[in-house]
Amino acid sequence: MQQATGAGEQKPDVPLVALSGASVHFGAVRALDGVSLSISPGECLGLIGHNGAGKSTAVNVINGGLTPTTGRIEYTMPDGSTATGRLAARASGIRSVFQELSLCPNLTVLENLRIPHRDLTGSGWRQRAGTRILQSLDTIFSGHRIKPGMTVGDLTIAERQMVEIASAFADGSDATRLVILDEPTSSLDASIARQLLDHVRAFCAGGGAVIFISHMLNEIFDVATRIDVMKDGKIIASRPAGDFTQKGVIDAMGHVVGDDAQKQSRDRDPERIGEEVLRTPEGLAARKGEIVGLAGLAGHGQAEALARFYFSRSGSTRRVRAPEVAFVAGDRGRDGVLPLWSILRNLSLTHLPRLVRRGLVDGAAEQALGNEWKSRIGIRTASMDNPILSLSGGNQQKALFARALASTAPIVVMDDPMRGVDVGTKREAYDLIRREAAAARTFLWYSTETEEVCQCDRVFVFRNGRISAELSGAEITEENILSASFEMQETGEVPETGENLEAGR
Amino acid sequence: MNGRFRILLPVLSLAVLLAAVFYLQPRAMSYFGLNLLFNLAVPIALATIAQMMIIMVNDIDLSIGAFVSFVACVTATYLNDAPLIGALILLASILAYAALGALIHLRDLPAIVVTLGMSFVWAGLAVLILPSPGGAAPEWIRAVMTVKPPLVPMAVVACVLIAGLTHLLIMRSSTGTLLRAVGGNAQAVFRSGWSVVRLKAGAYALAGLFGVLSGMCLVGLATSADANIALRYTLLSIAGVILGGGEFTGGKVSPVGAVLGALTLTLAASLLSFMRLSPDWQIGAQGAILILVLAVRLVFARKGRKWKEAGNGSSDG
Amino acid sequence: MAHRMADMIGSLARRPWFWAFAASALAFAATLYLTDGRGGGGLLSAALTFASFSAIVGIGQMFVITLGPGNVDLSIPATMTLAGTLALKFMDGASSLVLPGLGIALLVGLGAGCFNYLLIRLLRIPPIIATLSASFLYQSLAIWWNRGLRIKPPEVLAEFTTGSFAGVPNLAVIGIVIALFGWLILERSLAGRWLSAFGQNTRAARLSGVPVETVRAVTYISCAVLASLTGYLLASFSGGAALNMGAEYLLISIAVVVIGGSSIAGGNSNVPGIWGGALLMFLVVSMLNSYGLGAGVRLIMTGTIIIAIVAAASGKGRAV
Repeated sequence: MQQATGAGEQKPDVPLVALSGASVHFGAVRALDGVSLSISPGECLGLIGHNGAGKSTAVNVINGGLTPTTGRIEYTMPDGSTATGRLAARASGIRSVFQELSLCPNLTVLENLRIPHRDLTGSGWRQRAGTRILQSLDTIFSGHRIKPGMTVGDLTIAERQMVEIASAFADGSDATRLVILDEPTSSLDASIARQLLDHVRAFCAGGGAVIFISHMLNEIFDVATRIDVMKDGKIIASRPAGDFTQKGVIDAMGHVVGDDAQKQSRDRDPERIGEEVLRTPEGLAARKGEIVGLAGLAGHGQAEALARFYFSRSGSTRRVRAPEVAFVAGDRGRDGVLPLWSILRNLSLTHLPRLVRRGLVDGAAEQALGNEWKSRIGIRTASMDNPILSLSGGNQQKALFARALASTAPIVVMDDPMRGVDVGTKREAYDLIRREAAAARTFLWYSTETEEVCQCDRVFVFRNGRISAELSGAEITEENILSASFEMQETGEVPETGENLEAGR
Repeated sequence: MNGRFRILLPVLSLAVLLAAVFYLQPRAMSYFGLNLLFNLAVPIALATIAQMMIIMVNDIDLSIGAFVSFVACVTATYLNDAPLIGALILLASILAYAALGALIHLRDLPAIVVTLGMSFVWAGLAVLILPSPGGAAPEWIRAVMTVKPPLVPMAVVACVLIAGLTHLLIMRSSTGTLLRAVGGNAQAVFRSGWSVVRLKAGAYALAGLFGVLSGMCLVGLATSADANIALRYTLLSIAGVILGGGEFTGGKVSPVGAVLGALTLTLAASLLSFMRLSPDWQIGAQGAILILVLAVRLVFARKGRKWKEAGNGSSDG
Repeated sequence: MAHRMADMIGSLARRPWFWAFAASALAFAATLYLTDGRGGGGLLSAALTFASFSAIVGIGQMFVITLGPGNVDLSIPATMTLAGTLALKFMDGASSLVLPGLGIALLVGLGAGCFNYLLIRLLRIPPIIATLSASFLYQSLAIWWNRGLRIKPPEVLAEFTTGSFAGVPNLAVIGIVIALFGWLILERSLAGRWLSAFGQNTRAARLSGVPVETVRAVTYISCAVLASLTGYLLASFSGGAALNMGAEYLLISIAVVVIGGSSIAGGNSNVPGIWGGALLMFLVVSMLNSYGLGAGVRLIMTGTIIIAIVAAASGKGRAV
């Protein structure tokens, strides 16, 4: 079901924006595959899907940031005419709040409003901007402590998010008619998130429209009038919110923890696990040959704990022939790939001090190392001398795995390494990790996917930057991980996230 | 560090230096003494403001010294002999700056290299115009630079005017806000439908304008020009911006700070003569002040961060 | 046969340093065309001599630029001056002190490099501003030490720097040896790998076990040491240390890196290009000289070449 029109039964008036058969290709990747959707005044569209389902791409097409490769998009201007293009998107009253903040940290709160609001010029513009943003902040987040003259860089992340939301809803020379909120509550605490949801409802009741993207299913069910479920760049289900159950949405997304993983998690072999090799101040511990998982909701301090541990065990001044720890990056662009180099050079970097003969790098030994790992880990390339960027994401990740595993480090730290990796590669990586653990290597493995965490020998669940639970053996179940990940709320309801939907019933 | 805090350090460093000068040489505390102290600071302050415009959009200008020298040569020759042609040349050079800004943005070039190349070009043009030192300052510039306003000397009035006007332009006006936004988050500016190219060209044009003003002032003071007259302004202007609380990235600049930075550097050079130290150390004193202020800034920033963390911690708990 | 030739030229042309050498050859030919081919040897020898100064400082600057955006050493001229001044004053024309003098110069470089690095590390300030403020100090130190005197270099040293060996100027031999050594480090050694990794992605390098702080320290120190060596040679070559003797090398050192095809964004540098750039800078000047064009045109041409090369090398536009 790719066709999705306005809000079901009630006859929609002219849609604010209509997307028909829109596709977006990035190289060979189809980020968006023939999506049609329209949104009308008074609607709140909840958009749900896994990472990489195409939500962000869809949103970027709607707000004019991306031009679809095929298909068309049409905006209805306030005067009733229709138009296309980036400037039309703005003029038709579409505003976006993105996951990555789009404020200027060097400007004050009111100065930041100047960027989207073109009418703020001439004498007294500061006064007007200040009033405007303050009004919006007061309406949405009453009781906030933000002053228009504060520099954005000095605000907390939550306050910045509030400013961003408030400036999206603030009326400028042309009224705001459709607001796109992409994970708006990720950095807000519960009471402020509640204020936002209330405002979204009020805004839609007043004839505005909202596209709401969130991993929190209860938030979506709270505000959405219609829910579209996306998968693989397509809209696979689109119904009024009342026709969905949370279970139904989950089923539509097709997220089920595979029996495979469940079974493997039972196939643990405690024999290989030796004495304790690490213990950090915050309580993270691992024994020789153990695969230790770090779980919990994304951004609750797992990556920081890993980085802290890695930096404490590796220096920035000494050349180390036998490193204690090796690192597998998940954010490849930021932490892993050296973009100008060949696959071979990327792979050999950590082990390189061992390949030095008479002061120079031993080319033949390096080549041999590359070939060994090419076949061991199955990097699909004609030659290891090809540039690393010629590989697909999954194969780049393999090279990064090989970089860490080729070293002699007894401990390997992995920071969500399966991000954006295809299923086949994942399977191969799991096997590899198990084999290496059997050879007495210790793994610290942070993962956002419960399926992966369930394969570990021991799991530490993080919440608000601290360890909230330590699970081992049969205790490692999705239910236990989830209950340790969430703070129980007064309502007794367990909030859901995209990754951990199952136990949320 | 927020805006108000940022300006504190430049003010303090200038005040300390000034106090030291007055202590060592009370006679400097006069109309004439102040004018003498700060006279040469005026063109440096203007060049520093020019550099600040470029740093504001996350670039750096290695050509400003050569450009000011070029302007000085034009001012001492064409602008004096054939004012119309001279004015046209200066106008064209401002446009060249704007075009450069656009080119750097459109082709995504490293500003440091392009301005490096331009420094050769400006220096070459200066040599073509004035192969050997000479020329003469136009009467009216000379008159402006030597005017004696009541109570406060010209140099001080000029610096206050420069600081005040650029503060209004960059920190208060809506256009200035947009320009700083380019340095802070160009992506956000682009997404809101602005032309970043035009804004960047605008920032470069402003730099050109202040470079021209700097060169004209310099000739007014020096009465003649040569092709190397202002080469050291490149480094001085960068130092002045940083001393004034500016940062290389993120659009964090302060025009008032930049002027104060330029004054501080000028004063650091003349402080030595009041201390009866060898003038050999003039440049060194500038370097030492720069290092000292940056060290103090680091301490402030650390304190500020700790303070902020403590504050956040308590509000969380 | 012709086919293989074309292949070879094709693969040569893909090297980043090819254009610098091609342009140098062109400038060389254009100069000789005017004199009907006379004086080619003299021109070549002069080019090699003068280019070796730019090449040695250029190699140091190249190492620093390889570290990535924001890394550039603005203290090269001051270090050159300080090293040249101190060494010449120490030797005071005595031929027996030539080697200790060299030691003094290199020590100055070592000290300057350490100081630069410490400023960057301890004050956490951008390298541009750190090396800039340090250069002010070095410059003052040189002025204060020298007191405007021009001390002649020892006879032996003056002869050596202006002399030649088997037709090749001694300075060029030194410059080429240093270039070979630089090439070996950059392309074949562990340090070169680490340097390139640092320049491409410092965080990734750190997470892969590269001792990043050591890499940065050694890079800044070797740049300063190369600058001090150049200062020593240049002062001896030109018959004494002058206070402004390093001034033009600030821009030249960056220019030869860019002209030589190294990436200003870091991580990707090459040594042959430094020599190509250095030769080009000199040959363009001498070509314009021989065509009777003055200093003004020469400077303008130099600037235009630099801008044209980065504009051509960038190759990617962006949406308006």
